Amino acid sequence: MSEVPKPDELIENIDHTPPEEEWEKIESPITEGRFSYPAKGKNLEVMEFRAPGEWSPKDEEWPLPDNWQEIIHEGFKERLEKYRSLKVFMDICVRCGACADKCHYFIGTGDPKNMPVVRAELLRSIYRKDFTTAGKILGSIAGGRSLTKDTIKEWFSYFYQCSECRRCSVFCPYGIDTAEVTMMGRELLNLLGLNINWIMEPVANCFRTGNHLGIQPQAFKEIVDFLTDDIEEITGIKINPSFNRKGAEILFITPSGDYFADPGTYTFMGYLMLFEALGLDYTLSTYASEGGNFGLFTSSDTMKKLNSKMYAEARRLGVKWILGGECGHMWRVINQYMDTMNGPADFMEVPKSPITGTVFNNAASTKMVHITEFTADLIRHNKLKLDPSRNDSYKVTFHDSCNPSRAMGLLDEPRYVIQNVCNNFYEMPENTIREQTFCCGSGSGLNNEEVMDLRLRGGLPRANAVKHVYEKYGVNMLACICAIDRAAFPPLMEYWVPEVGTTGVHELVANALVMDGEIERTTNLRFEPLKEEEDESDE
Amino acid sequence: MSMNVSYLYSLLAVIVLGLIAYAGAAIGLEALFGIVIPYLAVLVFFLGFINKVLDWAKSPVPFRITTTCGQQTSQDWIKQSKIDNPSTTTGVIIRMLLEILLFRSLFRNTRVEIKGKTVAYKWVVWLWLFAIMFHYSFLVVVIRHLRFFVEPVPFFVSSLEAVDGMLQIGLPGLFLSGVVLVGAATLLLLRRILLPKMNYFSRPADYFPLFLIIGIALTGILMRHFTKVDVVKVKELTLGLASFHPGIPEGGVGALFYVHIFFVSLLVAYIPFSKIMHMGGVFLSPTRNLANNNRMKRHINPWNPSVKIHTYEEYEEHFRDKLKEAGIPVEKE
Repeated sequence: MSEVPKPDELIENIDHTPPEEEWEKIESPITEGRFSYPAKGKNLEVMEFRAPGEWSPKDEEWPLPDNWQEIIHEGFKERLEKYRSLKVFMDICVRCGACADKCHYFIGTGDPKNMPVVRAELLRSIYRKDFTTAGKILGSIAGGRSLTKDTIKEWFSYFYQCSECRRCSVFCPYGIDTAEVTMMGRELLNLLGLNINWIMEPVANCFRTGNHLGIQPQAFKEIVDFLTDDIEEITGIKINPSFNRKGAEILFITPSGDYFADPGTYTFMGYLMLFEALGLDYTLSTYASEGGNFGLFTSSDTMKKLNSKMYAEARRLGVKWILGGECGHMWRVINQYMDTMNGPADFMEVPKSPITGTVFNNAASTKMVHITEFTADLIRHNKLKLDPSRNDSYKVTFHDSCNPSRAMGLLDEPRYVIQNVCNNFYEMPENTIREQTFCCGSGSGLNNEEVMDLRLRGGLPRANAVKHVYEKYGVNMLACICAIDRAAFPPLMEYWVPEVGTTGVHELVANALVMDGEIERTTNLRFEPLKEEEDESDE
Repeated sequence: MSMNVSYLYSLLAVIVLGLIAYAGAAIGLEALFGIVIPYLAVLVFFLGFINKVLDWAKSPVPFRITTTCGQQTSQDWIKQSKIDNPSTTTGVIIRMLLEILLFRSLFRNTRVEIKGKTVAYKWVVWLWLFAIMFHYSFLVVVIRHLRFFVEPVPFFVSSLEAVDGMLQIGLPGLFLSGVVLVGAATLLLLRRILLPKMNYFSRPADYFPLFLIIGIALTGILMRHFTKVDVVKVKELTLGLASFHPGIPEGGVGALFYVHIFFVSLLVAYIPFSKIMHMGGVFLSPTRNLANNNRMKRHINPWNPSVKIHTYEEYEEHFRDKLKEAGIPVEKE
């Protein structure tokens, strides 16, 4: 990992003034801290992708196949024919500049090629030269550019400095979605075998074992047993969740990050405690043990392969519907792609809460409900006994995870839940929440150690908004509904606002949840004493 | 100052093109600039425009990739943002209308600044304001020009003219739309030249149409107020074009008119091959013209590929012993 400057130094040295030279003439720097390591051969082989052997982005010569130009041209052409979005987005940008300062990576790095308009222009310039009449005739006057090996390096650099969060799209007068452009750019790089390991390893693991982390079924069960032991210690209640149980009413799927590491594990404990309190007839699956889908960051086909497990498992187990945990791009895939790719899910029923009888018509076709929708409905119908004072040591703010907030519009449900399980909730400034939310800076496969410099910079806008509510209200807990957030925020907060912790919404729910037959709770899910914290907050 | 001066090339190009038309008309090529080129331009425009739209339409929209800006449709006690996060066609239509008529997304624009240790956002209205001034004044100018192509002049054209000229400055009266058009185009141009970020990514293709439009507006204003072109003769020519009985009026209409009509022809012919196609493309943008009802209704991908998946059977085959050991049920003992 490269050296990262001190926070004050970093922020003071961000320069948003672009260089005087035109972007086409500036060679893209491949610097430590801004690029991810290439995918390992074994992971590429599992997915039957081209494995170019050992290489580093810092190498002068990259391991391109001999006919690389032809591959790119054909791949580009194929995608233009398959996606109207790509064609339209290549043609209609007027470079009005509305998007230019909307990207968290631009804000944090000041690198002008991180302006969404320029990021897209990296691809667009090739499109113009190779696929438009004006570009073929007028070349650079029409904004065309020849495809060179440097272009490929530039693509690799900047398409992997985009977390596909789509914030720029909100401000674009034509809704040009840079995520769509980046996805195509990454697919083209994938055709050449140029992938990053932090995406490809989860993809390969997920394909084989069912989850990103390669956790095998017995290990999954062991982890869950371990977490239920903790729950028993805190609540006195022993939970025995079922695995791969046929005939369960509901299949519950969450990202593996939730049962892999803190603070995700507390959220996972929260789910289990909620289900136990409700007496829900649900099961976990070891085969479909992953909600997240890193295929989204690779290619449409890969996304489909990984996502297929959800419906396949629901069908095999004969469940009525699927409940999904707190995860960002998992919900992007479910909302925008799953039913189209792997539906129809006609072997299931329109989701209906067995506790309240509420029918989730907004999920009538996908048959999959977001857990905050489910819990908000429970609270609305007074089905949960809650003691929000157990969260009194927390002053909470909420991070709208990019994908559920911008792609779905899941904004009020998590807020409703939080406000009912916590006494202290504060919003971050309005330009940084809801659809204008800022990415954690580590999305779309950029959550690795080697790009820590980029992550801390990309996470600056989010962290700065958190800092604002920390200073104004004493906020000390950042709640989110995404497992990548829960992995990305601890180091981000540690760097920018060390006083603030990270939590999932259902950790807060479980803290407040009064379960039948529980012992008097002395600690929250993190084994932090409830009493002492109260005393502190009285000061 | 070594900033990007690519706009100078566009300016130069427009000046040279103007001189060509001026000289051409002066040496007796009126028919070329007044009849042949306008017809060709309109032909290129229609064929090019239709071709582009059909080309876009030919590519499918495999996935619903709506970008939403508000609360999804949920339980009835949660208020949906019906326009910003539409789940019905009506909602989509209203969303599109607000976008196309009022430039709603641009209205949202903010500017980021790092002040000391704080990242601050400021609502900025200028881009929205310049853009809306530019587009609406252009629209009014275009509608006003219908007077040259139809006889009798339709009621709405005369009324619009009356409103447009209501300040009654000079004789013939100054049209507000012309002034606003030049002003807004100039502001958009200055924004591109003077703001470092804009300058960084602006290229000839961004400057050229702005200079061309300013050229069109300026030649128009010059003709009306300074060279006082013979409007009756101009109308004779334009009506001739519109009725497919083209002809150059006796005695001529002055070379400036040919510069004007040449610029217009260039702009019209340029549209299908340039970023000005956003006028058609905005209707086809899949992030904006789709309802966010993805979870409610199934959407079909016409090329949905069949992919190799890792089936449960393969999975169990691999992990059967471990599953059994952990007490997890299996299909085959």
